[in-house]
Amino acid sequence: MLISDVGPISGTRLSRRSLLRGSALATAGATIVEAASVFIGEVAEADSGPPVMGPGLVPVTLEINGVNWTLQVEPRMTLAESLRGSLGLTGTKVACNRGACSACTVWLDGIPVASCMTLAINVGARKVTTIEALASNGTLHPVQEAFIAHDAVQCGFCTPGMVMSCAALLERMADPSADDVQKAISGHLCRCGTYPHVIAATLAAAKARKA
Amino acid sequence: MTSSATTRTEELPSGIASVGLGVVERQVPLDEPPPLPPNKALRLIGKSVPRQNGRAKVTGATRFTVDVNLPGMLHGRILRANLPHAEVRGIDVSSAASHPGVRAILIVAQPDDPGTPVVRYIGAPVAAVAADSVAAAEEALRLIRVDYRPLPFVVDMDKARQPTASLVFDSTSKSTGNASETPLIGGLPVNGNVRGPAIETRGDATQGFTQADVIVEAEYSTKVQTHCCMEPHAIVADWRADGLTVHMSTQFTAGIRRELAEAFNLPLSRVRIVVDGMGGGFGSKTMLGNYARLAVVLSRQVQTPVSIFLDRAEEQVDSGNRPATWQHLRVGARHDGSLTAISLQSYGTAGIAMGAGVGNVAQALYSCPNFEGAQYDVFTNGGPGCAMRGPGNTQGAFGLEQMIDELAERLAIDPLLLRDRIDPSPVRREERRLGAKRFGWHLRHAAGADFGPVKRGFGMAQSLWGANVQINAACEVRIMRDGSVEVLSSVQDIGTGISTVLAQVVAEELGLQPQDITIRIGDTDFPAGPPSHGSRTTASITPPARTAAWRVLRTLFREAALALNAAPADLIARDGHIIVRDDPSRSLSFRAAAARLRTDQISAVASRSDDYAGFRRVMGDAAVAQQDLGGVQFAKVSVDTETGIIRVDRVVAVHDCGRPMNPLQIESQIQGGVLMGLSYALFENRILDQNTGGMVNRNLEAYKFAGPRETPNIDVMILENYQGQSATDAYGIAEPANIATAPAIANAVYNAIGVRLRALPMTPAVVLAALGKVPAKRMMP
Repeated sequence: MLISDVGPISGTRLSRRSLLRGSALATAGATIVEAASVFIGEVAEADSGPPVMGPGLVPVTLEINGVNWTLQVEPRMTLAESLRGSLGLTGTKVACNRGACSACTVWLDGIPVASCMTLAINVGARKVTTIEALASNGTLHPVQEAFIAHDAVQCGFCTPGMVMSCAALLERMADPSADDVQKAISGHLCRCGTYPHVIAATLAAAKARKA
Repeated sequence: MTSSATTRTEELPSGIASVGLGVVERQVPLDEPPPLPPNKALRLIGKSVPRQNGRAKVTGATRFTVDVNLPGMLHGRILRANLPHAEVRGIDVSSAASHPGVRAILIVAQPDDPGTPVVRYIGAPVAAVAADSVAAAEEALRLIRVDYRPLPFVVDMDKARQPTASLVFDSTSKSTGNASETPLIGGLPVNGNVRGPAIETRGDATQGFTQADVIVEAEYSTKVQTHCCMEPHAIVADWRADGLTVHMSTQFTAGIRRELAEAFNLPLSRVRIVVDGMGGGFGSKTMLGNYARLAVVLSRQVQTPVSIFLDRAEEQVDSGNRPATWQHLRVGARHDGSLTAISLQSYGTAGIAMGAGVGNVAQALYSCPNFEGAQYDVFTNGGPGCAMRGPGNTQGAFGLEQMIDELAERLAIDPLLLRDRIDPSPVRREERRLGAKRFGWHLRHAAGADFGPVKRGFGMAQSLWGANVQINAACEVRIMRDGSVEVLSSVQDIGTGISTVLAQVVAEELGLQPQDITIRIGDTDFPAGPPSHGSRTTASITPPARTAAWRVLRTLFREAALALNAAPADLIARDGHIIVRDDPSRSLSFRAAAARLRTDQISAVASRSDDYAGFRRVMGDAAVAQQDLGGVQFAKVSVDTETGIIRVDRVVAVHDCGRPMNPLQIESQIQGGVLMGLSYALFENRILDQNTGGMVNRNLEAYKFAGPRETPNIDVMILENYQGQSATDAYGIAEPANIATAPAIANAVYNAIGVRLRALPMTPAVVLAALGKVPAKRMMP
């Protein structure tokens, strides 16, 4: 492949802050504001229309794995991007980025959701639990133990999401059938084909938990 | 084979364990360990040891390439052609260049057209941007203005074969990349968009057909399947003055290093490739790829790390695919089933790439004195194909294994019995026997004989794959003074579990436990390991791992011998101890022995020697073992004749891989192969819009592949098949497990409904059309 290189772009770099200044001017037509203060209050005051967030950074407070974080996010940022980018919680995976594969599954108040389809600003007060917090004090969740014992893992990329859905199933159903497990993971795609071992592992985890 | 001066004669286990084991005499290199006994006599090898990196994977701790975030890392995105065939007359990047956050822009030209860049498929790279964020890079892409002159295009293989079809390549250009199997050979004639034929003959097929009592013939076709790796193709390139470090989701770290060193004129010693977690490849991550080159050039330009992670749409259009094929098969046989002639003609399209053949199933699976084959590639304006799990043979088996079923019916012979007569492999014979018993084959009814609207059917099919070996494969084993052990190789664990198997092999040899062994792989700073494609990883790297462990243990024995007042040759390693063989009361813990070392560590490096009985053929770094890999699969389906929905209820998969190293992991891989084959049979189809040339279903919701609800009961049986060929005698499994599934399902569908489906995928529309319940014209293209 021949690649003609036009070289690094010099002299045209805008800092993020100056970009935000420009955006704020364009949308609010008001005073130049600092990035962090581009938020509903100021904008809404300026034209008294419905509240508008962004397009610049807005502060958002999220409770993630029991810890409160205040992040600056663009309103378009998904929860998955916030977890992976801002917080470095890369255990949550993005494979399709449009809710088709469930690799990005996390819990909101214990309910599995696709974090690629959830905007960070829409999480609100719901508690976020990610794969990083499923084990407590180094003790694996029974589903995690069973995934290892039953080799429900091949490349491992869909695994965190799969584990979150199976663990959530056991939280709401102590004694699931194979069909229940199949339903619980029906939105998950795994190209390695771990489904049979995932089902066996989850059933075994339920059994181990009752024992 | 090595000369007698450097070898000794050994007896190695030989045969199929369930049939009865014997021994075979081989010349074994003097610097390799004594024969490994059959699995039942071993502690760890052949046992279902839990996955070595399982804990990291279930806790999300594994670092995949898409998780790598280096300080100062920029984010690269690629502008891709939105026309299937066009001349690029100009690219205006001025607006993009002044977009905030943009740090570098590259304009890409097609490789063979330095004067006038031409794009030949939708999704071909046109330009690339590196910026402070992915969002800024994507915004910049939208500001790039490309002046295209559209050219005529063709995306349909049959249309592309016509003499009047618009040409994908003109006389001054040539195809790039490669796809899967023959005809990959060079020097073939190109006529219009058709390249070939690659011809293969044996005996005299014309004569053979005259000797036949029965001749069957039919056409079979398969559609493009995309790899759909869950982790996208991903690279982080870090170009520095003192060398290039690349984090990459790859199936072949050592190969990527070679490709980069050549492409950028760097010494191998200045290029390092690293991969930890690797989220699936299936053949599509063996080569460098244009996205990776772009990231390296961008990094060189800005002197800071640059990442490029493809998004799902890019994955679907430009990360490779299994080519579409059409084949015509003709088979002649005598009344007793013996084959007199096979003829094969195939056309396949890997888009702009080559190698869209149907493999060697028709040539090699059954005994037949006369064969003639002609395979053609057809260029179309589609994204390049590449190898995908069992390339060629998966498409080929879909045809041949249905054809053999059709022949069996014509001869009124049970399909299993016919195969007993014409299949020379004793391994598959045993697999048929075991599988048929487990499956309940005797309950199979006549085709279409089931009552009611939901009709059940049984089918089976066979697999053929070469037992590949990479002879350029090395491994180092170190013993530290504190008794800890490290295994080092650039070999990568792409999810198949080689790290676990390496721990088993080394722990077995050293008398330790798998968890005592630290596995450090996926890094070209370590001895160069094999690629993970062609089902060759285990066959290539476990023998040198065992040999290196055995050699470094000899060094430790020399130290321990002094302490135990014994000869080094009289020592053995067992249960964490170094023991005098004939007097177990004299022993030293492994740790205490290591503490006596004069240096912090001792080490041995070993590389893959030839198979003890030699190879069938050697091509550069790659070799093919004497014996093939087999595999037989049985499928039970239910076909709803009112909705057309096929449900696979059960699959029995019986496979061999030499000495099985870790049955649970092998079972995982076989289940994966079956599911990918089931998915290929029933769902998968890359749909290109004939009017625009674009892929309609470039995502994971409209491109269907099998999910949990489509998963049948999969019963896996693994043969222990000893060959006496290496220090471990282990071979691969990934690809054979995929090859037999689609034809087994197709044969079961025929048995259910009494109508033969010869085209993939077997969707409800296809089933209903075949049953005459909807007009055929309503079928999907």
